Amino acid sequence: MPTHKRIDAAKIGEVTVVRFVDKKILDETGIQELGAELFALVEHDNRRSIVLNFENVDFLSSAALGKLITLDRKVKAAQGRLKMSNIRPEILEVFQITKLNKVFDIRGEEAEAISAF
Amino acid sequence: MTEQPGADAWRLVVNLPSERGSNRQVTDQLLEQLGVHGWPPADIFAIHLAAEEAIVNAIVHGNKLDPTKKVHVECEISTAVVRMSISDEGAGFDPASVPDCTVDERLEAPGGRGVMLMKSFMTSIEYNATGNAVVLLKHRS
Repeated sequence: MPTHKRIDAAKIGEVTVVRFVDKKILDETGIQELGAELFALVEHDNRRSIVLNFENVDFLSSAALGKLITLDRKVKAAQGRLKMSNIRPEILEVFQITKLNKVFDIRGEEAEAISAF
Repeated sequence: MTEQPGADAWRLVVNLPSERGSNRQVTDQLLEQLGVHGWPPADIFAIHLAAEEAIVNAIVHGNKLDPTKKVHVECEISTAVVRMSISDEGAGFDPASVPDCTVDERLEAPGGRGVMLMKSFMTSIEYNATGNAVVLLKHRS
């Protein structure tokens, strides 16, 4: 597996669980690197069942949303499925305001997201 | 309710260079002072998000990362009200012209959500006529 700076990716059965290294996802360089690492999971490592666990994430800006949207589209285009879990209420509110909760498959806890595949 | 922070409020006035990351010197102080003034975590998240979006917009979209241009930031924090004024030296924009990203056909568009988030998370947000200056106000929840 390639070295990651922005994420920790672990395989649990057929599901890849991704945790974020940064508590705040906001600076341009970090977001570009995050996007590249996430996209590589689909395009390079051929992961098709992915859970993004946001437990470690306290803050994200609108710039990060673009990467999540692109990841979701890449996974769907590859006939895969992306789910998100452990999202704190304020970030959930960001998804609700932008109606991305209609685009993303958002679950409560990681185990619930894994068992939903 | 007080519309403006009082005379005893914490104040910051700074001109930021138009480079990525320069907003950190404001947001770091802002977060510290919101804590000092006892603001609740949900409000701190909202103010942090609005400051981030507004200042990055000014640097990237307003001044277009032009090193000869500055972003002027004024922040005032009291225990009840936060007021932030952010202006750039760009040509401005019409906030009403930003496409609505919540309509179905634009839900997956990669950008254009910053202004919407600022409006939702703050008590009020007001642009000048040119669209190169914005005043953001948040009353404590």
